[in-house]
Parts: sequence; structure tokens; C-alpha cells
Amino acid sequence: MDLTWSPAEEAFRVEVRAWLEANVPAEPLPSGDTREGFARHLEWERRLFDARWSVVSWPEAYGGREASLWEWLIFEEEYYRAGAPQRVTQNGIFLLAPTLFEFGTPAQQDRFLRPMASGEETWCQGWSEPDAGSDLAGISSRAVRDDEAGGWRLRGQKTWTTRGAFCTHLFGLFRTDPEAQRHRGLTYFLVPLDTPGVTVRGFGRLDGDEGFAEVFFDDAFVPDEMVLGGVGEGWSVAMATTGSERGLTLRSPGRFLATAERLAALYAERGAGASDPGLRHAVAQARIDAEAYALQTLSTVTRIAEGERPGAESSLTKVFWSELDVRLHDTARRLLGPDSALDGPWTKGWQFALSGPIYAGTNEIQRNVIAERVLGLPRK
Amino acid sequence: MRFAFTDDQLAFRDAVRDLLTRECPPGVVRAAWSNADGRSGGAWKALGEMGALGVMVAEEHGGLGLTELDAVLLAEEAGRAALPDPFVEHTLAGAPLVATEEAASGAVTVTAASGRDLVPWADSADVLVVGGVVVERGTAAVDPRPAVDGARRLAAVEVAGAPPLRTLDPTERDLTADRLALGYAAQLVGLAARMLDTTVAYVSERRQFGVPIGSFQALKHHLADSRIALEFAAPLVYRAAYSLAHRDPDAPVHVSMAKAQASDAAELVARHALQCHGAIGYSDEHDLHMWMKRAWALAAAGGDASWHRERVARAIL
Repeated sequence: MDLTWSPAEEAFRVEVRAWLEANVPAEPLPSGDTREGFARHLEWERRLFDARWSVVSWPEAYGGREASLWEWLIFEEEYYRAGAPQRVTQNGIFLLAPTLFEFGTPAQQDRFLRPMASGEETWCQGWSEPDAGSDLAGISSRAVRDDEAGGWRLRGQKTWTTRGAFCTHLFGLFRTDPEAQRHRGLTYFLVPLDTPGVTVRGFGRLDGDEGFAEVFFDDAFVPDEMVLGGVGEGWSVAMATTGSERGLTLRSPGRFLATAERLAALYAERGAGASDPGLRHAVAQARIDAEAYALQTLSTVTRIAEGERPGAESSLTKVFWSELDVRLHDTARRLLGPDSALDGPWTKGWQFALSGPIYAGTNEIQRNVIAERVLGLPRK
Repeated sequence: MRFAFTDDQLAFRDAVRDLLTRECPPGVVRAAWSNADGRSGGAWKALGEMGALGVMVAEEHGGLGLTELDAVLLAEEAGRAALPDPFVEHTLAGAPLVATEEAASGAVTVTAASGRDLVPWADSADVLVVGGVVVERGTAAVDPRPAVDGARRLAAVEVAGAPPLRTLDPTERDLTADRLALGYAAQLVGLAARMLDTTVAYVSERRQFGVPIGSFQALKHHLADSRIALEFAAPLVYRAAYSLAHRDPDAPVHVSMAKAQASDAAELVARHALQCHGAIGYSDEHDLHMWMKRAWALAAAGGDASWHRERVARAIL
């Protein structure tokens, strides 16, 4: 066991910190889940990209630095400590890109990765449908073969599509074999949202921002080269993305360590006036949990560095970070007392935290996965 | 950066696990509830022969001269087996202070307690580390008290009239308290893992309404929560062992994070284990209660979760 960073890793941290100190906007940007805020965040993404900080772990050819997973953790820790803007490009960079690296053709990688890294093209996820949420394999949106045109015609509806109203592209699952049941007969498509026959309607989330969209497909044509992985292979290709979403890439420990530190600062400001003496321990427990999450990540990264591949255990992580995020913000609300009725960063964060146990597979589904695939309990 | 144990450390753990599977099956724990000294007898002797009791005793005194990082997994195994012996009190806390060949081999049993804790196995130990002094058991006043965990006997000890073999300086006192808390945290992780394994096996076998009860979502979620609690307690325990071994100035806070989290995790796992076992788990003829009572005892020993959370709060607020 060695819990120290190498001189090269320390130097990397110094470089990240210095750049962030010089470049992070002094005033927080407007919410990236609004049209104006999204545009402002894309300007920030462009600055990150130009300095090669937008996708540190990617190959240099696509704008990255080929950073190790350890360096990626350091980058994330510094990023959140600096209070840098939310990553509105994350659904492409953290969810689609790992799948493109694994299943994409060289032509697809060359076509899509660099504009994704720069924020020139932005991606949203088209999985859920009005009648298929937790039961993702129950999707009914179809892709119908058009041999003459050399591609597929998409029909149906996706919904709860995060930032769909602002993005340029969607990655999603469509049923290519209407005879096949459930997980079979699905195909993973990459769809430009300006394709004729695609209609996007944004709508408000819990916090009122237009962060959600529903996307309608009315015989929208996509050519064969927009299939990611094989036709009919969509489920296994998509599951590779879920692993990323639940596990490491979307919620790095730096985020919760930084929030736990801000919570301690809020306690210093407000704790004396708080009506509940238990809040002191709630703040301490938040720090303990954030460190537990960081250490558990170090253990996972060690295993990955030594050649293992994380599997269903990513469900343990997803439940823990999402419920930790709720507790962190709930503690802040209780410290704020009557002021928690006011709109502000903590109350905004609270409303966002409440989405964590729902998206990326509800925590009820995750607990089923833990019980069946980690503990080995009988399915029926 | 590498947050994992070495192959040697894991091999030592596996050897201790095998030994305890052989020498300390549940029948041995049960026997300790009613035998003369509340101890395992054979398992203690075998652990001594293997060198496990002298892990942290310096080599010139017959020990292995290793650190908390090498001992922490062994403490976890002692917890998993609910070993009825002062493994943590001796191996992590007492023996390195006594530092003799007899302590390293376990021929002399050392027990220890910190804070307001009653002293475990005081009436069967040879040497006691209590209130900042090391004394011969025969020179102290030992007053046995009825304990909930019958295989972890407790006594109030008065050392006022006893001639100290040595007196601990404040640094040694604090370090000993942290080592006890770390060892208990590790044992709690082992106890909880064992209770979870036992419960998973039971609900997979037990049938009601024509199906294994482990197929019911309500039980699945209890056990998933137990697994999550363990997943996010063990790394804090291992980090605390590393920090103590490296004399990190933050080690006491790291120990507190570990003990708070492990205590809460073990209490949670115990509750879910009992609930998932139903009436059979409530019977003292079933083994579960012995693990559960050990978890309760250790969650409260060496500073409970609130005490340690308060120490974290003082450090960060």
C-alpha cells in the first residue's frame, strides 16, 4: 500500500491547479441547464479544450493528454475544489466516448471524438421512453430498414433527455428487429438532432430549468455509418455505457470532497445559530462519507490499474454517491434553516441531488443488481 | 499510489482465516460462554505458534516487527470468527508495549482498555494495560461484571495499589487507544462480513410461499444496504492502519473515521441479519446472536461512533 503521489503526479496537480486558478470564472456562470447558461458553458468548454483540459485521459490526437486514471482523479479533485463550472458536455465525454472508444469504427472515432472534446458537438442520451424507464429493455422506438437509401428510418419518442433542447446530437437505442424480445433486436444509433423528421421539445425539471427534453422521431433517416457496434448488439453496447455512468466516470470523488468542505464552511458560518445540535455530527459524517467514497475509488482504480474490470460493483458506488449527495445538501438545508426557502446554490444543489437516486438506473434497481449479481441472491 | 495490500499480507490473512476456520468454529465461541475462562484455548495457542500474536512486537523480542498495516487484516479475521480471545487488545495494543518473547508468543496474555471501557478478559489475562500503566493481573483488583456477550467477559479493574511494570507516556497512551479503536473497527468489518454471508446463505435456502425468501425485494434491499455499508467502511479502516503505520499526524482522525463508520456499519448489518433470519435468529440456539452481541460490544468499545464523530468534528470544524 502506498498512499502517496509520485513527483510527476504532484507536478501534474500543480499544473492543473495553476491553470484553474488563472482561468475559472470569478462569478459563477448561469445554470448550464438553461439556453443562455448552456451557451456560456460551451465557451468555458472551449477554453478547457484549447488548453487540453477537457478530456485529460484521452489520446492526444483527440485533444487529450493521455493522462492515467490517477491523474484523472487528481484533475477532478482540483476541478471541483476550484469551484469550476459544471461540465455540460459530460454525457458525451463520460458516457458516449467510452463506448465509442470500445465499439466505434476508426472512422466514427475520427469523426466524432474531437468535436465532442471541444464542445462543438454536444451529445444527449436517448434511452428512456414514456413507457420504458427502469425497464429499459421495454423500449418501443423503432428503426426500420431502408435498403434503398442505405440506412434506417427512426420512429418513436425518447424522453427525460438531459439538455436535449440544447445539444446537437443524440445517442440512443432503437428496436431494429420487431420480432425479437426485450434485450435482443436493439441497435445503438448516433443521431444528429437536425436530421429532418426529428423534433425536440424542451421542458422544465424540478428546479424549473429547461434541462429536460422529449425527442420525437418521425421517419428520420440515419445512414448505416451511424450505427455504433453491430445491428442487434445495442443492449450489450449500451450496458458498457451504463457501467461508466454508474461507476467511476460520472461522479468523481473530488465532487463530494469539495461539497463536504463547503458544508464545513457553511457550518462555521451558520452552525452556532442552528436549532439542531446533531448537525455538527452530520457535517462530520458527511466528511467521513466523502473520504470513504474517495478511498473506495482509489481501491477500484488500483484494481483497474492491475488489470481487473469493474462489473456489477458499480451499483454499490451509484447508490452510495447519490444518497451521499442528498445527505450533504439536506444537511446544508437544515443549517440554512428558514433561509433554505430561498433560491441559492445549496437549494439548487439540493434539487439536483434529488435526481441522483432516480437517474442512471433508480437506486431500487441498483439494490436489486447488488442483491442478485454481487451477493448472488435468487432472482425468483 | 496503490491502495491494496501486498501478496504477503493477503497470504498471512488467508493463513489466519484457515487456522480460525479450523480452530475456532462456532462451537468454540459457544463453549466460551460457559467455560472457566471464556477463552478459546486451542485457537489462541495456534495463533501464537504461527506468530500472529507477535506481529507488532519488535524482532529482538521475538516478534515479527511489523506494523498496524500487517495486523489489521488479522484483526478482521479474528472478528469474522468472533474469536473469544483478546486478539486486538493483545496483538495491536498490549504486546508491543510489554515487548517480551512470552508476549510475542501469547504464552503471556496481555489485555488492554482505553477510556471508560471495562477491561475484556481481565480475569484470564496475565498482564493488564489500563489507565496508562502496565500491571500484573494478580496485583490489580479485578471485579467481573455481567456482559451481554458471554464470550467477551468484562471486568472493572482498579490499578491504584498495583506496582506498575511500566508507565505509559501520553504519546503511548494515545497511540494505544488508537490501536485499540483501529483493531475494533477491523473486527467489526469481519463480524459484519460474516453476518452478511450467513444471512445471504440463509435467505437463499429458507423457503416461504413456495420460493426462497431471498427472492423477495424487501430482503434483497436490506442485504444490499448491508453490503454497501461494508463497502464504504473497510477502506477507511485500511487507510487508518496505513496512517498509523506511517505515523501520519492525521492518523488519529483517520482512526476515528474508521471506527465511526465500522461501528455504524456493523450495527446496521446486525439489525438486517436478525430481521432477515426472523424467529430462528432470535433463538439463542442459533449462532447469529453470538456475532451480533460481539458487534454490539465492539461498536461501543474504544469509543463509539458518536465519540469518534465528535473527534472528526473537532478536527474539521
